Amino acid sequence: MMLGAIGFTTPWLLLALAALPALWILLRAVPPAPIRRRFPGVALLLGLRDDDSVTDRTPWWLLLLRMLAVAAVIVGLAGPVLNPRADGAATPRGPLLIVQDASWASARDWPAQLGLLDSLLAEAGRASRPVAFLRLSQPEPPVLRAAEDWRSRLTGLEPAPWSPTPAMNDAALAALETALDGGLGEALDAGALETRWFSDGLSRPGRDDLLGALERLGPVTAHESPAPVIALAPAMIEDGTVQLTAHRARTGAARDITIEAHGRDPQGNARLLATLPMRFDSDATTADGALSLPAELRARVTRFQVAGQGTAGAVTLTDDSLKRREVALIAGREDREGLELLSPLHYLEQALQPAAELLDGALLDILPANPDVIVLADVANLASGEEEALLDWMDQGGLLLRFAGPRLAASDVSRSSENPLMPVRLRAGGRSVGGAMSWGEPKTLAPFPEDSPFAGLAVPPDVTVSAQVMAQPDPVLAERVIAELSDGTPLVTRKRVGAGQVVLFHVSANAEWSSLPLSGLFVQMLERLAVSSAVALPDLAEMEGTTWQPVQVLDGFGQLDDAGTLPGIAGERLISDALGPELPPGLYEGPDRRLARNVMQADDTLAPTAWPARIPVEGLARAPEAPLGGWLLGLAALLLLADIVASLALSGRLMPARASNAAAALAAALLTGALILPQGVQAQTTPPASDKELRAASEVVLAHVLTGDATLDDTARAGLEGLSETLFFRTSVEPASPIGVDLEADDLALYPLLYWPVTPDQPLPSQEAYARLNTYLRSGGMILFDTRDANVAGFGASSPNGQMLQRLAQPLDIPPLEPVPDDHVLTRAFYLLQDFPGRHSGRSVWVEAAPPDAEQIEGMPFRNLNDNVTPVVIGGNDWAAAWAMDSRGNPMLPVGRGYAGERQRELAYRFGVNLVMHVLTGNYKSDQVHVPALLDRLGQ
Amino acid sequence: MTQAARLRARSEAEAAPLPPLLARAEQLAGTVLLGEHGRRRSGMGDDFWQYRPVMHGDARRDIDWRRSGKSDAEFVRQREWQIAQSVMIWVDDAASMRFASDDNLPRKSDRARLLSLAVAILLDRAGERVGLTGHALPPRRGQAQISRLAEALTQDSEADYGTPDLRGLLAHGRALFVSDFLGPLDGVQKALTQAADRGVRGAMLHVLDPAEETFPYRGRTIFESMGGSMAHETLKASELRDRYLERLATRKSELQSLCAVTGWQYGLHHTSDSAQSALLWLYGAFDGGGWR
Repeated sequence: MMLGAIGFTTPWLLLALAALPALWILLRAVPPAPIRRRFPGVALLLGLRDDDSVTDRTPWWLLLLRMLAVAAVIVGLAGPVLNPRADGAATPRGPLLIVQDASWASARDWPAQLGLLDSLLAEAGRASRPVAFLRLSQPEPPVLRAAEDWRSRLTGLEPAPWSPTPAMNDAALAALETALDGGLGEALDAGALETRWFSDGLSRPGRDDLLGALERLGPVTAHESPAPVIALAPAMIEDGTVQLTAHRARTGAARDITIEAHGRDPQGNARLLATLPMRFDSDATTADGALSLPAELRARVTRFQVAGQGTAGAVTLTDDSLKRREVALIAGREDREGLELLSPLHYLEQALQPAAELLDGALLDILPANPDVIVLADVANLASGEEEALLDWMDQGGLLLRFAGPRLAASDVSRSSENPLMPVRLRAGGRSVGGAMSWGEPKTLAPFPEDSPFAGLAVPPDVTVSAQVMAQPDPVLAERVIAELSDGTPLVTRKRVGAGQVVLFHVSANAEWSSLPLSGLFVQMLERLAVSSAVALPDLAEMEGTTWQPVQVLDGFGQLDDAGTLPGIAGERLISDALGPELPPGLYEGPDRRLARNVMQADDTLAPTAWPARIPVEGLARAPEAPLGGWLLGLAALLLLADIVASLALSGRLMPARASNAAAALAAALLTGALILPQGVQAQTTPPASDKELRAASEVVLAHVLTGDATLDDTARAGLEGLSETLFFRTSVEPASPIGVDLEADDLALYPLLYWPVTPDQPLPSQEAYARLNTYLRSGGMILFDTRDANVAGFGASSPNGQMLQRLAQPLDIPPLEPVPDDHVLTRAFYLLQDFPGRHSGRSVWVEAAPPDAEQIEGMPFRNLNDNVTPVVIGGNDWAAAWAMDSRGNPMLPVGRGYAGERQRELAYRFGVNLVMHVLTGNYKSDQVHVPALLDRLGQ
Repeated sequence: MTQAARLRARSEAEAAPLPPLLARAEQLAGTVLLGEHGRRRSGMGDDFWQYRPVMHGDARRDIDWRRSGKSDAEFVRQREWQIAQSVMIWVDDAASMRFASDDNLPRKSDRARLLSLAVAILLDRAGERVGLTGHALPPRRGQAQISRLAEALTQDSEADYGTPDLRGLLAHGRALFVSDFLGPLDGVQKALTQAADRGVRGAMLHVLDPAEETFPYRGRTIFESMGGSMAHETLKASELRDRYLERLATRKSELQSLCAVTGWQYGLHHTSDSAQSALLWLYGAFDGGGWR
């Protein structure tokens, strides 16, 4: 007996369900059993009567519970089975034919297919039916074997990375015919041929013929997954982004997919480089997306694939067409700034900008980036190191493109012997034709010879050449010329160096010598030289006669394997032939480029299968037979347990009066747990700004570096205190009390000036501290280094403080220095000063050097010096000691002797004031506006 | 096993709860009262009470000449009135007292005996004579009497509910009845009236278990008395609650009015409350206005 998908082994037991109502009434009639309780107060109860003369009824829900339990027992004993097999109901006796598309599209559901196949084969084995296989992607005559034999081979079956072509379809029909003549035909005597067709969900021409042939032999059942196949079309470059298009076989609900770009990172490890989410709108079979990647990254992408699909069709390999060539442009000295149209690189930049990545910089800086092309425009001499590096680079396949020009024509490069970086020897001077001082007309270009890379390009008549460098006649000259003028003189010559080449245009890259750079031909020639990338697919003619070697091939699951010993394939077949065993999808290497052959071509679409209504179509999943009796009996036991608990609760036995402490303990435990839980969750907050930072940020504060020497730090602090006091009284700068700065921990950005006394034994700051110091110096901070030794030995000499200063300052980003020049702004930022004494009165104080081109203009007292504040001031006059002031404003340390000493102290203060003014106002006092007043006061 | 050995074993078992009972009672009593006290009035006794001027009618030999020699007037030396009273205690030893609704609660009999013994210790220290009704233990003083009391209080009876035993109750003495008074009220009423007739006044401590006050029962239940002699079956215990509580309240008010009529004091104690508060009430009942 069947109820939907459930069958019963002993259905007559279900009759017992009719007894349930009787049981209901019976259960209702019987009250729950009483509890006996000892209770002294019973004397007071005597004589009390129950209000309700009937029994305390069992509540309806408890009755229902019990009914359900009993019903579950009855149904469970009746032996229900989910998805029962109709055993013995007309099992076909004939042979079984398994037809598999086995294409890339079935790879995603391959494990499910194998599982279903396994159970089908197991059934066929039990029925002793012979089985044959027909794979449409690799048609061979089907051979009947025992099912168990096939089962052991199932794991060896793999989907092919291509689709069955019409030719394969025909071959399959032919193979079927062959088999019918042989063993298969004899086996048909036992019964009709049952066919199970494992479809991949894609329709193909010619399929109906095969279906008709199979139907004539017996019943056909199709198996296919309802989930649509998704495939990815080859990536295209458009407007600098990678355009990706995904197809699906059937329209349906909107669906989001992710495209992954796989490639190698700079270390060469395979890595996921980028992802791109795309969306199939409902009722759309395609989804588009644009992936914007830097050229560097894009060049490293090896394949795009739809995440989670795992078929060869969801993978698209990239070849050279995705890459933009990197071209480095190097010109001779560009000393004519502003004359852009005369720049040797202008036309090259214009021509290459749309198609290539341009690199700019010094030759030796660019070479490690390994550009594809280096253009040298009118560069004559190269340093020998540069030359060797260039040769190495060319050996590995680089293209060196040189243009002539006045400088090359005037040099001796490749004059007497051939320069390795030049394709030919050059005659001295070059020639010019058609000018005011020369005979003849400007020359036009001759048509390009057949073997030239420019062959086939149309030569516009208006391209003329008026000057060129001349090649020295040589035995090898003829084979190196790839373009020439109408009079036969070489215009472009080429020489191969290792895997690379050097090409020389005998004219300049700008329009001075010829009108070639102005013409469209120039761009085409650059394209032919593969300076700009060859984006387009090669056409048939170009591929003729070439042989392409597979490098990596895809299997049906979309995994890349090494091609190993697969044979090469002719170029024209590579483009035009359909994929198949001889042409698996993959990456092919040709003469000078790589070409990817993907499962999906640019204009392919996916068509879903349309099975005729008479063919039953089943999914790949097959519900297994599941007996439910055990579950139902278990459910009944559970219900009875619930009944026990409910009955106890009803009769008051579950929680008797004296068992309440257990409940209390449980509640306490729960409460404790609840109390404990919220602890330990503390919001992580940013550390609050320290008191020190708050002070430094709210006022101008002078700071000194803590050296670890307590006396020195105290002196530095007292000195800055004295300087702050002086500033407060004399100027509008009103600093707060100074702060000692720990270089390892504190934020330096808050302090305009750091006073750094140098001792021989102070620790060197860490790398991080130096990084912060450099940031500080670059962003406008100033450090006053004080060696405190009066510079007796001169910097860098044997004074221990000087040596320490060198070590301290080594990692710092310090510009070139010079002793304070007479016209430095430090000498007049507030006071007019000539000397900068501290406790000592050494003369030399060093600041950032003036730019080399600063010149004193006649009539001006000061040079126009650098705009910035000098990042460091270095001296040895022990200024802090001279500035040091105790809390009552009395100097702490003696300076000099008598009145002269006090004068020196005053000058030290003035230096301090000037320094702080310089830090805070920059080159304000350099401003020419103040020159007249200053002149006045200087008495000049 | 010989007769003597069996007797010995039983005595050991009986004596087992005695020391803790005694110790706890001593401890409890110690918290209330320290030392012997007089009646705070002049009378027969050993201790000095006061000097008072000689009044008419005083015997000459009563004059305290040493005191009188210090002044012009004569004084009489009075001693404090020290008199020993007899307090008879009845503690219900019926089966209904051996009930506790929770493992953490003491049985009613335990609490009743503890309180009785504690108040006996207090009274003994105050110089009173304490005994049990029913000829079991005549009133005496001293530590030995306390031990005897403790032993006598361990006796259980088989009856379901107890009635106050008036035998041995001295006229014009004092008495303390401790029980749950859940049994028939007639016996209590009779005993109290008789005692009042004989000039006996005292206190009545009503000891109840919290379950007897709240009746936390549900469902179909057969309630049995502790001895098993009485039973009552109900189908919905929860529906009996209100009527039971009503009856209990009636019982309490009846006891109270009985006490009011006879001049006794009525106190209610639950075993879930602290024993000390009940002892304090008892102390007040005997030492306070009820005693004079």
